[in-house]
Amino acid sequence: MSHPAVELDGIWKRFPGVIANAGANLTVRPGTVHAVLGENGAGKTTLMNCLAGVYLPDEGAVRIDGNEMKFSSPADALAAGVGMVHQEFRLVPTFTVAENVVLGSAPRLISRTEINKSVAELAERFGFSAEPDRPIWQLSMGERQRVEILKALWRDARVLILDEPTAVLTPQEAEDLGRVLRQMVSEGRSVIFISHKLDEVTSFCDEATILRGGATVAASVDIHDVDSADLAELMVGESEKSTEANAERTTGMGDVVLSVDHVSVIDSRGLKAVDDVSIDVRAGEIVGVAGVAGNGQRQLTDAIAGLESCLSGTITLLGDDLTTAPPRARFGAGLAYVPEDRLGVGLAPKLPITENAVMRDYRQMSRGPILLWERAKEFSARLVEAFEVKVGRVEDRLASLSGGNLQRLLLGRELSSSPKVVVASQPTRGLDVHGVAAIQRLLIEQRDQGVGVLMVSEDLDELLVLSDRIVVMSEGRVAGVFDPREATRAEIGAAMAGVS
Amino acid sequence: MILGSLVITEAAVIGLVVATIQFATLLYLAALGETITERAGVLNLGVEGMMAIGAMAGYVAAVATGSPWIGLLVGGLAAGLLALVHAITAVALGADQVVSGLALTILGLGLANFLGAGYTNDARRALFTNINVPGISDIPWVGETVFSASPVTYVAVALGVLTWFVLSRTSIGLGLRAVGESASTADAAGHGVTAMRMSAVVIGGALAGFSGAYLSLDLVGHWSEGVTAGRGWIAVALVIFGAWKPGRVAAGALLFGFTIALRLRLQPFGISFSPILLSMLPYLLTVGVLVIISYRARNQPAPAPAGLGIAYRREER
Repeated sequence: MSHPAVELDGIWKRFPGVIANAGANLTVRPGTVHAVLGENGAGKTTLMNCLAGVYLPDEGAVRIDGNEMKFSSPADALAAGVGMVHQEFRLVPTFTVAENVVLGSAPRLISRTEINKSVAELAERFGFSAEPDRPIWQLSMGERQRVEILKALWRDARVLILDEPTAVLTPQEAEDLGRVLRQMVSEGRSVIFISHKLDEVTSFCDEATILRGGATVAASVDIHDVDSADLAELMVGESEKSTEANAERTTGMGDVVLSVDHVSVIDSRGLKAVDDVSIDVRAGEIVGVAGVAGNGQRQLTDAIAGLESCLSGTITLLGDDLTTAPPRARFGAGLAYVPEDRLGVGLAPKLPITENAVMRDYRQMSRGPILLWERAKEFSARLVEAFEVKVGRVEDRLASLSGGNLQRLLLGRELSSSPKVVVASQPTRGLDVHGVAAIQRLLIEQRDQGVGVLMVSEDLDELLVLSDRIVVMSEGRVAGVFDPREATRAEIGAAMAGVS
Repeated sequence: MILGSLVITEAAVIGLVVATIQFATLLYLAALGETITERAGVLNLGVEGMMAIGAMAGYVAAVATGSPWIGLLVGGLAAGLLALVHAITAVALGADQVVSGLALTILGLGLANFLGAGYTNDARRALFTNINVPGISDIPWVGETVFSASPVTYVAVALGVLTWFVLSRTSIGLGLRAVGESASTADAAGHGVTAMRMSAVVIGGALAGFSGAYLSLDLVGHWSEGVTAGRGWIAVALVIFGAWKPGRVAAGALLFGFTIALRLRLQPFGISFSPILLSMLPYLLTVGVLVIISYRARNQPAPAPAGLGIAYRREER
């Protein structure tokens, strides 16, 4: 009997204030695609980083083909045949495909034509096309991911770890990825597939290991013996459906409160990121915007909030044309904005919680130019309580909060001024099940109070449950409008991929 | 203000070309060093100070040994050592590169003035003499200018070609550029970011030292306080002007060298032009290039290394 390709035995990894892995185990057989499943924060990525040499585990053993390893860098792990494709790609944007592939294991003297040729041959062997001479910045996310996989194959990786690989892919690109992975395992390599999307796991993988709270709760489950519901139960630990029944309507819809009319926005590259988009949101309605990341959703919400200027078209809030109004005039008119980039655009991580809480409404806590700190502290204390933000002290730095609490604070700040329209971009991304449920409940409450909600999400299941209408964006255009009670995932998926 | 009427003589033109090549050599050596440093992702604003140390140490070593070549090497070594200070603070310890670099300029100028005080206007000389390339230095015009130049000019050209080759045709160059563009990517691929950056800073410093030694052992031929006269700052601007590419930096060095030469060699042409306005020209050209870069950057990545000025630490979560 041959050794397992990978064996992780009792891995512990602690960070200041957090235990990311608490004795996690994983065994991967050669020639299989092995899923590592778990909620956000279950310790999947940390465990894989311990295997890929990014972190050194505090305790526990890493064995590759039966030999115990101590990787002190990703390069060490690669030399032992373990390659990892991170969620944020590790590619040099100005380098060509071939330069990125050979980086770190290039011949001493480099001939461009030679490396281009060998990289093209390698790509062909695994059944994908690559243009070795193109710079990375010109490639789509799916193409960049293939370059990452090529990088690992160039070093002849025996074990390839993919961290949430389909998050940036269209459903069709995800299928192509599945084929490449099959080709790899047919050569005796192993693939570790980190995911929290159950349908992918059941269609791509052979076995699954489930993590919860940093530890393994089920090891090497044969995918054919279980169904999605079993896996979900193992992941969550309680059979709770997070997004259930709460979409039951209690009120009817009112008039149009936000009207986006034939709006186009130019992005930093000079291309049309948003191309002639029209969306109306009524009072008491949640409109969901679906699409693969990077199809103009961010530019659209930024344009509504006044952070990007429109090339053409008009944005009307409660009947007033606010197309060219500055952001402050827009909140004054009743707009609340929860940006996608919470810590970059929404909040300032190095400032205390109080200062973040009053960042929008500080004028009400000022007398002339003087900020009244007592009032500001009172305001933030009320906000923290009303939105159940778990904080130590309101004087603490914002960065001390966890993801779910950050988002509650941000949403609370935006909702505290009783808006008429809420624009929320990826409000539940990266949160755990309880955090997701809390944020969704807040948005539903707003809807029931007659607020119009425009919600951008990459999680189609969430949109199907919450939305009254789903607008699909693809390449900056509206690729389709669906009624979530009637549309199928396949129809919406096709629209997301730009297939009409 | 232009005064007088233009008179073109052969001697005046040759004088202008020779001076252009001399100043281009001076600027190119320092700018090439800064190019290597910045391509690895480190900004070193200490060029002026490293040049001063190179000029002083080079002069002292040359008069002590009687050999300008030993002077050149010692100048490079001294400036490389000074650059090591920046490598330790800004790379190994991750301090702010701008602050550390500015401090290096002040430190370098101060050290050079202090240690070289006894050599100011020293009468002893151990200078480079121009090399007449056999056969072709007799060619009119070209031979008298390009092929009768200082040996350091030929060294600068050779170093420029070598740098281009290493950056674009070797695995070390690929790694160095990767370190400057995306340190985490290079690290994951097995290139030691800290070692690579520190080496680039020290090599860049040595080249600035060569430039300084060329100044005191050839171009002006003596050591005195303030002999660098802000040329280190022009070299920093030149790297931007040359879009961080050794070849374009060379072309820029000739252009910037020409503007400096023009200031000094305008008189033989029978006209005068405000030297103050002329001395602004390299900076105005650089600002012009920055405008073009930022305009073009709307459609493609900027030519500056993406990781320039950003310290790298590995285990951050």
